[in-house]
Amino acid sequence: MKVALFIPCYVDQFYPNVGIATLQLLEKLGVEVVFPMKQTCCGQPMANGGCEQDSKVVYEHFVGTFSEFDYIVTPSGSCTYHIKKHYDIIEQTPAVQKVRKSVYELVDFIENVVKIEEIPVDFPHKVGLHLSCHGQRGLRQANASEITGVRDGQISKLLRKLKGIELTELNRNDECCGFGGMFCVTEEAVSARMGQDRIVDHLCNGTKVLTGGDVSCLMHLEGIVKRQNAPIKVMHIAEILNGNQP
Amino acid sequence: MNHQNHPELAEAFNKDFERTTWHDETLWFVRQKRDKAVYPIPEFQDLRTLASEIKDHTLSNLDNYLIEFEQNAIKNGVKVHWAADAAEHNQIVMEIIKSSSKVEGRNPRLVKSKSMLTEECHLNGFLENNNIDVVDTDLGERIVQFRNEPPSHIVLPAIHLKKEDVGETFHVHLGTTKGEKDPQILTEAARQHLRGKFVAADVALTGVNFAIAETGSFVVCTNEGNADLGVNLAKVHIACMGIEKIIPKLHHLSVYTRLLARSATGQPITTYTSHFTKPAEGKEMHIVIVDNGRTQQLGRADFRASLKCIRCGACMNTCPVYRRSGGHSYDFTVPGPIGAILSPNIDLHKHKSLPFASTLCGSCSDVCPVKIDIHVQLYKWRQIVGQANELTAAKKWGMKGMAKVLSMPKVYDLSGKLARGALRILPHGLTHNQSMNPWAKARELPDAPKQSFKEWYEENRQ
Repeated sequence: MKVALFIPCYVDQFYPNVGIATLQLLEKLGVEVVFPMKQTCCGQPMANGGCEQDSKVVYEHFVGTFSEFDYIVTPSGSCTYHIKKHYDIIEQTPAVQKVRKSVYELVDFIENVVKIEEIPVDFPHKVGLHLSCHGQRGLRQANASEITGVRDGQISKLLRKLKGIELTELNRNDECCGFGGMFCVTEEAVSARMGQDRIVDHLCNGTKVLTGGDVSCLMHLEGIVKRQNAPIKVMHIAEILNGNQP
Repeated sequence: MNHQNHPELAEAFNKDFERTTWHDETLWFVRQKRDKAVYPIPEFQDLRTLASEIKDHTLSNLDNYLIEFEQNAIKNGVKVHWAADAAEHNQIVMEIIKSSSKVEGRNPRLVKSKSMLTEECHLNGFLENNNIDVVDTDLGERIVQFRNEPPSHIVLPAIHLKKEDVGETFHVHLGTTKGEKDPQILTEAARQHLRGKFVAADVALTGVNFAIAETGSFVVCTNEGNADLGVNLAKVHIACMGIEKIIPKLHHLSVYTRLLARSATGQPITTYTSHFTKPAEGKEMHIVIVDNGRTQQLGRADFRASLKCIRCGACMNTCPVYRRSGGHSYDFTVPGPIGAILSPNIDLHKHKSLPFASTLCGSCSDVCPVKIDIHVQLYKWRQIVGQANELTAAKKWGMKGMAKVLSMPKVYDLSGKLARGALRILPHGLTHNQSMNPWAKARELPDAPKQSFKEWYEENRQ
């Protein structure tokens, strides 16, 4: 099984620790991982901005970089969703089809491909989980409150296995954080307000460590936490599962 | 005409922090009521699928079903009119009113129950300019009519107003005591005021929630009973409907009545679900069937599913952007996510900011009782806006440049290194300058690390 690691552009540039934690975690789980050095980005930023035609070269580059692998694992539900859903505008060569099928969000890969039962990590903290919309509703990694009142999903299942952990019960379990790619600057007022409201929900319900499956949402939320000096530490799920402590 | 785009109007809305909180929580409360009504129905998701499939089938055979509906309605003694656009619709309605209420010495009087179609056609202003007195009889509609505002929500037209605002409006228009804000007292004042209007009306106009091809009858859903009161008192009933309101058979109706009120307000069913088939003895009934851009939308493969909408408003209540920007920020008759996919069909240039007024979180699609893929259509409209050259030059060329960089690994690596270096060196006041960097108005930038992941990997693993 040939497994490639895809570290999204903004994680590569601004959150290398998330990339390192992802790599170390996969290695601990016995997965042999290759990091193709010519990788860049999945092409989502331009596409969400209304310029998916411009993204085609980025899509082609991504496919060229990753098509030889059986699995492409990435610590991002959003990039995974984009590749699966929106790589439909380039010619569907066997390579493109293979890439769209092989790409996995990290937790999905751990639970459904590696199929691990236990994570031997102590994490004695109150943890608030932010469900990123593309992971939750896009990839169906967690139940949606529009459809059922049962709050459950891949990430919370895995988190519950950690020793000493307590999960925050939020007032609104799956409201969007307001990042939304370019939305975070083009609709700055609403974007910021959505993020602020998420942080209030976490603070009211006792979150000490805020985590999630997408660094983009977390970057936005962390930006608000830092501006407000809120007593919350933001960590990506890969860092927690890798045994990093806040 | 000059108009503001969604981000500007949304920013203005957000200036009042407390009111934004209140607006968000009020709409979220409605969303929660919807959840409480939906969760206990085990077959709710199957109902959504069924409703979606019936509408798909109907839209694929719309010409036949419209003709079937017309033939059956005519058999029932109803007069059927066809309007290609808003202007024709308004003209037809005006002529019916004028010909059926020739009263010397005063204007003809119309009472209306809620109809988003007539809002879309801007009927009220047209009729008033033609010396017809128009009274909206839905309480929320009457409030916004007094205030000369458009509705801010398709089910809850005055949801942007607090009881204090309504008190002030009623003080001015109905003479209630200044400062009176008790909802019961205000509602009673409106009730007494509207009674007089109902009794005096020559013509009653209603919308149509569902038109049944098989029977030629139509169904109007209200909570206030105002449609029924108007129609039963006036001599003439005009019902206005978009061509997409058709369902094939009467037994399909229950699928929609089970979904509509639960999705809209969390009620099992609207208080009144009134079936209209034929005029009462000595009375007239007219149906005006309107296109106004709908066939154009039907012809757009990616967007035709937007015509399945049953106007429940659930996508507005669930939308985190709508809740924090208000219905008026959309500047279109139908606001919120569904409005953002309907409006570009009408005027792409004017409404080009609406497909971007979303994080594409997908909550709208999951809440939609007829399973319209709203967030997918938002994404697709964005591409059309982009291709129609409606993006700013800065954005357009910025995107092209970014795509180039991201397709060339060496250039990407170097650009990232330079950007991080600059962020580390430049003073906080400059990197977080709020007029240059909107991100920094409410957020800190992430710390720029010395090494990218790729650089770390190169150093440690290769």
